[in-house]
Amino acid sequence: MSGPLPLRVEAVRQFRRRRTLVTFGLLLLLPWILVLAFRLGGDGDDPDGRMSLADVATTSGLNFALFTLFVSTGFLLVVTVALFCGDTVASEAGWSSLRYLLAAPVPRDRLLRQKLIVALGYATAAVLVLPLMSLLAGTLAFGWSDITLPTGGTFPAETAFGRMAIIVGYSLVAQLVVAALAFLLSVLTDSPLGAVGGAVGLVIVSNMLDAVTALGDWRDLLPTRFSYAWMDALQPDVSWTGMIQGASLSVTYALVLFALAFRRFRAKDVTS
Amino acid sequence: MRRRWVAGAAAVGVLAAGGGYVLSGDGAPAVRQETVRIPVVDGPKDDQKVALDATFYRPVGAEKAPAVLLAHGFGGSKDSQAGAARRLARQGYAVLTWSARGFGRSEGQIALNSPDYEVKDTRQLIDWLAKRPEVRLDGEGDPRVGMAGPSYGGAISLLTAAYDGRVDAIVPSVTWHDLSQSLIPGGVFKKLWAGLFFTGESDGSTACGRFLPSVCEMYQEVAQTGRATDEAWDLLRDSSPATAPPVKAPTLLIQGQSDSLFPLDQADQNARAAEGPVSVVWFQGGHDGGEPETERLSGLTSDWFDHYLKGEQDVVLPPAFTVTRGGGVDSRSGRQEVAAATARTYPGLENAARELPLEGGEQSVQNPAGGVPASISALPGLGALSTLGSLGGVPSLDMAGQNATFTTEPLDSSLRVTGSPRVRIRTDREATLFAKLYDVAPGGRATLARRLATPVRVDGEAEIALPALDYEFSRGHRLQVVLSTTDYGFAGPTEPLTYEISAVSGLSVPSVPALTAPVRRPPVWVWVAPAAALAAAAALLARRPRKRDGDFDEASAEVPLRITGLTKTYRNGYKAVDDLSFRVEKGQVLGLLGPNGAGKTTTLRMLMGLIHPDGGEIRIFGHRVGPGAPVLARLGSFVEGPGFLPHLSGRDNLELYWRATGRPAADSRMAEALEVAALTDEALARPVRTYSQGMRQRLAIAQAMLGLPDLLVLDEPTNGLDPPQIRQMREVLVRYAERGRTVIVSSHLLSEVEQTCDRVVVMARGRKVADGPVAEIVGGRGLEDVFLEIIGSGT
Repeated sequence: MSGPLPLRVEAVRQFRRRRTLVTFGLLLLLPWILVLAFRLGGDGDDPDGRMSLADVATTSGLNFALFTLFVSTGFLLVVTVALFCGDTVASEAGWSSLRYLLAAPVPRDRLLRQKLIVALGYATAAVLVLPLMSLLAGTLAFGWSDITLPTGGTFPAETAFGRMAIIVGYSLVAQLVVAALAFLLSVLTDSPLGAVGGAVGLVIVSNMLDAVTALGDWRDLLPTRFSYAWMDALQPDVSWTGMIQGASLSVTYALVLFALAFRRFRAKDVTS
Repeated sequence: MRRRWVAGAAAVGVLAAGGGYVLSGDGAPAVRQETVRIPVVDGPKDDQKVALDATFYRPVGAEKAPAVLLAHGFGGSKDSQAGAARRLARQGYAVLTWSARGFGRSEGQIALNSPDYEVKDTRQLIDWLAKRPEVRLDGEGDPRVGMAGPSYGGAISLLTAAYDGRVDAIVPSVTWHDLSQSLIPGGVFKKLWAGLFFTGESDGSTACGRFLPSVCEMYQEVAQTGRATDEAWDLLRDSSPATAPPVKAPTLLIQGQSDSLFPLDQADQNARAAEGPVSVVWFQGGHDGGEPETERLSGLTSDWFDHYLKGEQDVVLPPAFTVTRGGGVDSRSGRQEVAAATARTYPGLENAARELPLEGGEQSVQNPAGGVPASISALPGLGALSTLGSLGGVPSLDMAGQNATFTTEPLDSSLRVTGSPRVRIRTDREATLFAKLYDVAPGGRATLARRLATPVRVDGEAEIALPALDYEFSRGHRLQVVLSTTDYGFAGPTEPLTYEISAVSGLSVPSVPALTAPVRRPPVWVWVAPAAALAAAAALLARRPRKRDGDFDEASAEVPLRITGLTKTYRNGYKAVDDLSFRVEKGQVLGLLGPNGAGKTTTLRMLMGLIHPDGGEIRIFGHRVGPGAPVLARLGSFVEGPGFLPHLSGRDNLELYWRATGRPAADSRMAEALEVAALTDEALARPVRTYSQGMRQRLAIAQAMLGLPDLLVLDEPTNGLDPPQIRQMREVLVRYAERGRTVIVSSHLLSEVEQTCDRVVVMARGRKVADGPVAEIVGGRGLEDVFLEIIGSGT
């Protein structure tokens, strides 16, 4: 017999929610919308003469997947991760089902742990689903060939797959801080919207502070400072420094925030 | 706070004691400077008097300091070096900047760094420095002095050091070894660059501007004919380190990788001619533009002077050979990262050459009449675009029929070329050709490596040197030698010609494997921070060891519920439950009666382990209740309304709830529970959000009864039910207790408690005010009277 609140039960409880299905639906649809946009737009001339991922997006399926990742890292993936991790406890509190789970009884640490694993699982699936669908849509629309870098040069497809794996892996780790903050807020508040909005708000504020160059090296402490460090994997030689710093920062914040969430939940009087 | 004030005061004190400099706006000590006019005498016969406009920057924080002469580039003046001068002065050097003759507010005419003019001038500037009280002397009239400057200023540094042994160290950058080679390489006039060079100093009054007439005539002659006369050749060579005595002073040669005016081979020749210690730096910029790397280069310059002028032995000298390489783009700033690779010896331009076979047989190429249209390779200012390898808006252009191309096989592995590749070619007649090296991607896209071209003149068979560069060719790419008959930047032959060109050797590519970039390590915090966070997390989650004994009380193992001294004060100070004690026996239906706010719900929440009591304890079958206590499995509860997942059906809600308890499905007694809910199959299959309040209420009671728990707690169970359902519910509860189980019903409705329960606990304002069998408490009167009397006593 498994312990209370098995992962599979929690996964089913969350999966049938409209929120989950709509989110995944959107993520699966988005690549096709982008394909359509590129098709309708035709070949636009770049006014500033500089090339970007957008300019080479239609050269191959791999390039298209990279482009999709590029445009979604800043906000879409953040919202998605915040949604899964911020909603999970707060919504149960909102439905009053939390108290019956706790009285079932599911010990508090275990309840939080199982919910966290499932929420992170869905968030991971969301981060994976987007590039995979983009790869499919892009390959069908633009064909399969080597990856073309905006800085010139190409990668053979087998290298490109390795690089994509690095990129997706880093994106996942980099989103941990968002996940952890959303999760902590989810424990603190009974309002799912507050938890998700709070985490997204943090990212927005962090991005704004990042634009304040007067802060200098202090900006290296901002959780979003290294959110685009995965671009370093698109260079002829992967430059790890940025990604290591970003991953370290994300894990550091996440560990503390997760610990705060568990500590708070243990001592909490559940009154909702 | 106090300590910080003290530290601040101490810092101010130190500054005041150290000579009382004024702090300038950016917090750095201000440099005191004075403008001087220095009279010099020069000319072949030492009879021309000229006053040079100069600025002397006093050294900061030193009594006797080494001096540095900072020379400006062509077209500049002493003001171009003001920033660098202040920086060096702050580092403790006496700095003299001046406008060379013919520039700025200095008198005289430009003689192109002639030994008879400019070199004599700078030697007298050294005399002037020797008389300054701030300048440290090595001997009578011999100051400790270094020289540095870019381009025109670099050449005067080299030439002064060559002709004057008093110069102790020099840092010439982006400059020439042989001006004739630079402007008329291989006898082909570099017309575009030369034009910019010479016409830039015209003041508009005459075509010759501020040039010495002989220099001006020389230029005009060459520009018109495209050919160098012997006089021109001599004049340019006289102004070159190539014809000067060898430099013995330590020399740091800085040359640009984006420089089609003074290419890397000029620094190579300077390095080979020098007799003192030499270090060579190839940086990203140069006359064509590109990343200036100001910070790195001024750091290297300071190190060089600190070591050789100040004699600071602990300064780490630049290694003999430094090549900066554009790496990836910093994803934070979007700027390209430039890293320096270094080697301990300077290997020259033909190090460790290996030969790659070239494809392409004999080719026939045309030189068009007039030399137009011309191919385009390097253009002044375009070099900036080549910094990112192939990224660039302006493509290099080769005209059809004007090029012979020889290509290697695709590379098995990436190849870093450092130096000047060479190839032997044969032509059927004397030919002027422009040699270029292309990087051909697998798709066929060809990019001109570093946008450099070098003119060669070949008659018969000869080995030619392609432009020196540091460039990485990726795996699968091919190297392509292009020999074109025209180039926009040069004055090639104008008569129509046809050449037959073939390569008679492979392409010899040099490399410097010894060049290694320091491994870039991420900062230490990268490892420390997560470890610290892990420790912090562990500290946050550490539990105080809790006494486990006393969790189970054998004596009350058969008592479904015993509450002793229970107290709870909410954070806002509201005392919800105050010293509550009662017990419930098996088979009882207990009514918990009290008005709203009496503390009933708080008590039940503590019973479920949702709220932490401040004092007292709750025991269910002898086990102490806390959050998630296993004994809660014997408790079924319905408190303060139902709690379902609205998107799931009633049946799914119940089934998932039971699966969430982790108990076997067989124990759920689902059918019996659903009977209580009295919902149709159709209703059970609908999402709960479509339910009426009554349906939810019944489903919630059914959920509480799942597994037929030994203790059932229901809070206001008949809310939202209609009278027949209330009656049914009452019967269900009574029957439930008849089977030896225990039921607690909390209510504010007297009638309900009176009709359902056999025992009652009355609460008001958190305290128990009455406890006993319903019949006893009522004593023949209506419960209502009794109730009002009881709670009324407290009002």
